[in-house]
Formats: sequence, C-alpha cells, structure tokens
Amino acid sequence: MWDRNQIAARAAQELQDGTYVNLGIGIPTLVSNYIPEGVNVTLQSENGMLGMGPFPFEGDEDADLINAGKQTITELPQTAYFDSAQSFAMIRGGKIAMAILGAMEVAENGDLANWMIPGKLVKGMGGAMDLVAGVGRVVVVMDHTSKHGESKVLKSCTLPLTGKAVVNRIITNLGVLDVVPGGLKIVQIADGVTEAELRAATEATIVD
Amino acid sequence: MKKIYPNAAAALDGLLFDGMTIAAGGFGLCGIPELLIAAIRDAGTKDLTIASNNAGVDGFGLGVLLATRQVKKMISSYVGENAEFMRQYLSGELELEFNPQGTLAERLRAGGAGIPGFYTKTGVGTVIAEGKEVKNFNGQDYILETGIVTDISIVKAWKADPSGNLIFRKTARNFNPPAATAGRVCIAEVEEIVPLGSLDPDHIHLPGIYVHRLIQGDHEKRIEQRTVRKREV
Repeated sequence: MWDRNQIAARAAQELQDGTYVNLGIGIPTLVSNYIPEGVNVTLQSENGMLGMGPFPFEGDEDADLINAGKQTITELPQTAYFDSAQSFAMIRGGKIAMAILGAMEVAENGDLANWMIPGKLVKGMGGAMDLVAGVGRVVVVMDHTSKHGESKVLKSCTLPLTGKAVVNRIITNLGVLDVVPGGLKIVQIADGVTEAELRAATEATIVD
Repeated sequence: MKKIYPNAAAALDGLLFDGMTIAAGGFGLCGIPELLIAAIRDAGTKDLTIASNNAGVDGFGLGVLLATRQVKKMISSYVGENAEFMRQYLSGELELEFNPQGTLAERLRAGGAGIPGFYTKTGVGTVIAEGKEVKNFNGQDYILETGIVTDISIVKAWKADPSGNLIFRKTARNFNPPAATAGRVCIAEVEEIVPLGSLDPDHIHLPGIYVHRLIQGDHEKRIEQRTVRKREV
C-alpha cells in the first residue's frame, strides 16, 4: 500500500516534459517534490502565475507572492504573472496540459466530487470546477476508501459534483485506474496490495 | 481631471449608499484594498453586495465588514478561514452565491467589457448549472453566465501615475484588473503614486481609463500562510 508521498511520487510519473501543469492542494502539492529528472514542467498557480518556485527561505517571504493555497512561494527565471481572468482563460482554453487534484469521491464514468459535503461546512469550489472542465487531462490522487473502509471509487458519486465525466486517471493508496468506456481499468497495483484487495475496495465496475 | 484624493474616506465621498454593489480585488489577503475596506467600515454603509473571490479572515480584509454586519451578500469562490462569515451564513444573516473562480473572474471581465453574458463549460452537470441556459456548441454543453457590473470597484495596485495607469506586483495582481473594470466607478489604492512619465507605457497593466479615483497609503500586507524552507548550512 502506498502512503501519501508514494501516491505523490507515482502521480509525478504522469508529468510530461515541456508541459504546463496545475497541482491542487494537499497530496497534489507533494507531487512537485518528485518531478522525474529530465522532465521540465511549468507549474501554474491559478491566482495568476506560471513558473511557481519552491517555498522561500526564512526571511525572504513576500506578501505579494503566494500560491493558490495562500502559501508564500518564490519565482523562477521563467516566471510570468497575470490577472485572474487571464489565468482562467488559459485553464478554460485548454492550454494547461494536466491538473492533479484531490478527490472526496470519483465515479466510474469520470465524475468527480471534491468540493462540498451537504450539511457540513462549505468553503467553496475555488478554481476546481474551472480546472476539471478546462485542462487537457485530469489525474485524481486520493485514498481508495474512507476512514470507515467504504469505497470512494464508486459507480456514481453521492456528493455534489465538481465536474461530470472529467477524470482520466485515478491514483490511490491501492493502485492506478483509468476511466475507460464501461468502467475503470486497472493500470497498476500498489506494492503489497493484491488484485483481489484492490477489487474489493472498489465499488465501481472494473473492466478488463 | 484630477484623480488623486488625500485619503480613502475622501476618495469614497459621494459614492457610498446602503444596498450598493461592490467589486473588490484580491486573492486571500494578497492584493486586497485594505485602506478602502477600512474606510467603508468607518462610513457604516449597510446591505452591501460584494463580488470578491474571498471574504477575508476574521478581523482583516473583507472580514472587517462582516464583523460590523455591513454585508448582505457575498459572491465568492472560496470562503474558508473565516469563522464569523460561517456563523452569519449558517444563521441565515448573510447570503452567499458561490461562483467557480474562473467564472467569477470572467463575469467581472465581461461586465467591464460590455459583454452581458458568455457560455462556459465550467460547472456543466453540477449545482452551478441549475436554472441556467444550456447551449450545445460542436457537441459540447456550455452554460450561460452573466457579466457583473457594480456600483463601484475597489482595488489595490503597487504603483500608479496621476493619470490612473496602474502597475501591480507579482501575484497581488489577481482579481484586481477584472474587478476594476467591472465598477461604474473604480477607486484604486496604491503603495506609491509616481510622477507622470515615470512608468514605461509598455509596462502598464491597467490603463488609467478604468481608474477614476486614486489614493496612496501604507499597507499592512498581511501574510495568510507563512511557509518557508530552511537555508542549507
């Protein structure tokens, strides 16, 4: 079974050299620690930046330089800044090759729910709906099951959707699955996990 | 036309009224018009509808107008990090219209550009699409979203010249340009007003035609999430 960092490292294998990529908050942020050698990707931060650098050294924090998670960050030699309308124009316009995002639930047709639990505190969708609707490829990283052991990889989502039929690939602590016609296809099984365990933890239809 | 005012209260004089709409720039606490927000608090204007990506935090940013119950409705994409906001929202005192972040940015841009509506695939098949016209282009469904035009807009920039040309700094640009254009009157606060001719015309981020009133002042520029790495020894 993979831990958070191993999920992030596996997700980093999805990155294609020379592309522009948006990483969500949580496990997706960790992906930037595992970008393979020789792969050059430019990270977009939807608050208005291409070419996101690492956290600043202590004392170098700049209130005018934050990422979409409102964390202080740094710029790189290729960095460009722009306004929010321009930022989402490049997202909606399909210029961002891939987004790696967290999920609460994902369904076999690629439906994604990651912004709202009815009756609980609602913070908002931020840029997630624009990202899943606009980017070329959506990779979701998540735990395969809830704390109570219930599958979060479902036939259909129970929570309000972030996007309909938008997910391409799902990377969980148990393995990697692709959204294909008719259901999900197993791409890889995590170390120390059996196919039977992966299938048992998956409510969604698995096709061969 | 003189655009420079001595302070935020003077720059807002004659513009504020109960029940008005305001577009505000900023992302989180980055690039927010903190001086104009404080002046609106002091003016006591009530029943405000504010289009802003976020709602500040308790005691800073738009959070100060929530604390004084001056806000009737927020149009935002993300409102975490604000306990007073949640209290007022859950008790029904405050209306909230969630917009996807890119849809909100484009609604402001469109409003300022004289475009009353546009189609986007953002939110298709979600609660955001409920009640909205759906139109199919080339086999893909899109929903109709409307442009936003507000009574005033309040924005924060880094530098201005006396004609109102603005330059922003790093990610503090964010929603400020689209919000500026959406207001019938735009008031901008900047860190420094520089003499005419000292900004490179090729480097203006927002031309002065969008900016009607201008103030210079000191900004606290609070950091919401201070994240650092250790220096290697």
